[in-house]
Amino acid sequence: MSSAGNFFTSKLDDAIGWARKFSIFQYPFVTACCGMEYMSTAAAHYDVDRFGAGFPRFSPRQADVLFVVGTISHKLAPVLKTVYDQMCEPKWVIAFGVCTCTGGFYDNYATVQGIDTIIPVDIYIPGCPPRPENVIDGLMKLQEKIQKNEQSRALYDPCSKIGRPDGIQGKCSTEGKIKHIEPAK
Amino acid sequence: MTENHTTSKQPGILTPLQRLQEKFSDKIIESHVFRGDETAVIGLLNLRSVARFLKETPEMDFNFLMDLTAVDYLFYTGGRVQKEFRFEVVYHFFSLKFNKRIRIKVPVDEKNPQVDTLSDLWASANWYEREVWDMFGIQFKGHPNLKRILMYDQFEGHALRKDYPFNKRQPLIGPIN
Ligand code: SF4
Repeated sequence: MSSAGNFFTSKLDDAIGWARKFSIFQYPFVTACCGMEYMSTAAAHYDVDRFGAGFPRFSPRQADVLFVVGTISHKLAPVLKTVYDQMCEPKWVIAFGVCTCTGGFYDNYATVQGIDTIIPVDIYIPGCPPRPENVIDGLMKLQEKIQKNEQSRALYDPCSKIGRPDGIQGKCSTEGKIKHIEPAK
Repeated sequence: MTENHTTSKQPGILTPLQRLQEKFSDKIIESHVFRGDETAVIGLLNLRSVARFLKETPEMDFNFLMDLTAVDYLFYTGGRVQKEFRFEVVYHFFSLKFNKRIRIKVPVDEKNPQVDTLSDLWASANWYEREVWDMFGIQFKGHPNLKRILMYDQFEGHALRKDYPFNKRQPLIGPIN
């Protein structure tokens, strides 16, 4: 392709990215206490509508950003995966709160240790719950990603520790730790 | 609260525990009162007769089963009481009419963890008993629908037993992490 052609396609990508990043149709998958902070971010005081993300769609087929807000239990994990699979491309995922990022302090039998073990995550917003400023910061980082047409495709593998940004690396809890305690006689 | 305290000490008015002791004197293993909270430990086989008595006596009228849970004393060493049985099922009853509470404990053996259901007397016992079955593996004889309520059917074991490995994971999808 000629350089003029390159110029036009890259400009077209820029324009599409710009249009997409200011018309985020989000699907809030709200399960726990982080939902309160999500609501306060969405309401008038912090107002995510300023970033074009003020319009939640409660159907995954019409949404392009999946907000996973709150603890995800193993029982719920297949539902989350189904919702993600139902979304049309291009799609992005935000992990809202430490519960979704790494499981947080729920290191127990019931909780998924980071939703990035089951669906790819684009932006991690830490905090328990994250303050609205933090959420807006995450949203703006997502907008940068959308502008550059980048999407995360990798899942996190807890044993090889690949697929999660440095700084929120979890530990592989299966390594030599499981020991079954026999009942006292 | 103070009023309750004084009325319960008036001669002639018995507290629920005193009534229970009067009626089931030989069946109460142990009982204590701490700041007005009454507790009675009774044997497995007497549970239903005691519960029925608490509910159906008009002077007590315990019409509300507030909580039903269990305790696993597997590694229990502290405390004043040496536990003979591994589990204890704990019932908290409340009388809306008289504003009285009573706690009933039932020791349960590890080999045969079975207790009679109370779900026909208090409807709320239905889900509580399913929860205790799910988390502790204690069965309730006569329960209409004893299946897991919190965990999924594929889950193996009972998560709140003290010998459930604390870092054992049983995900439905995704890696075992
Ligand atoms: S991160 Fe904290 S606030 Fe958010 S869902 Fe988990 S426990 Fe609740």
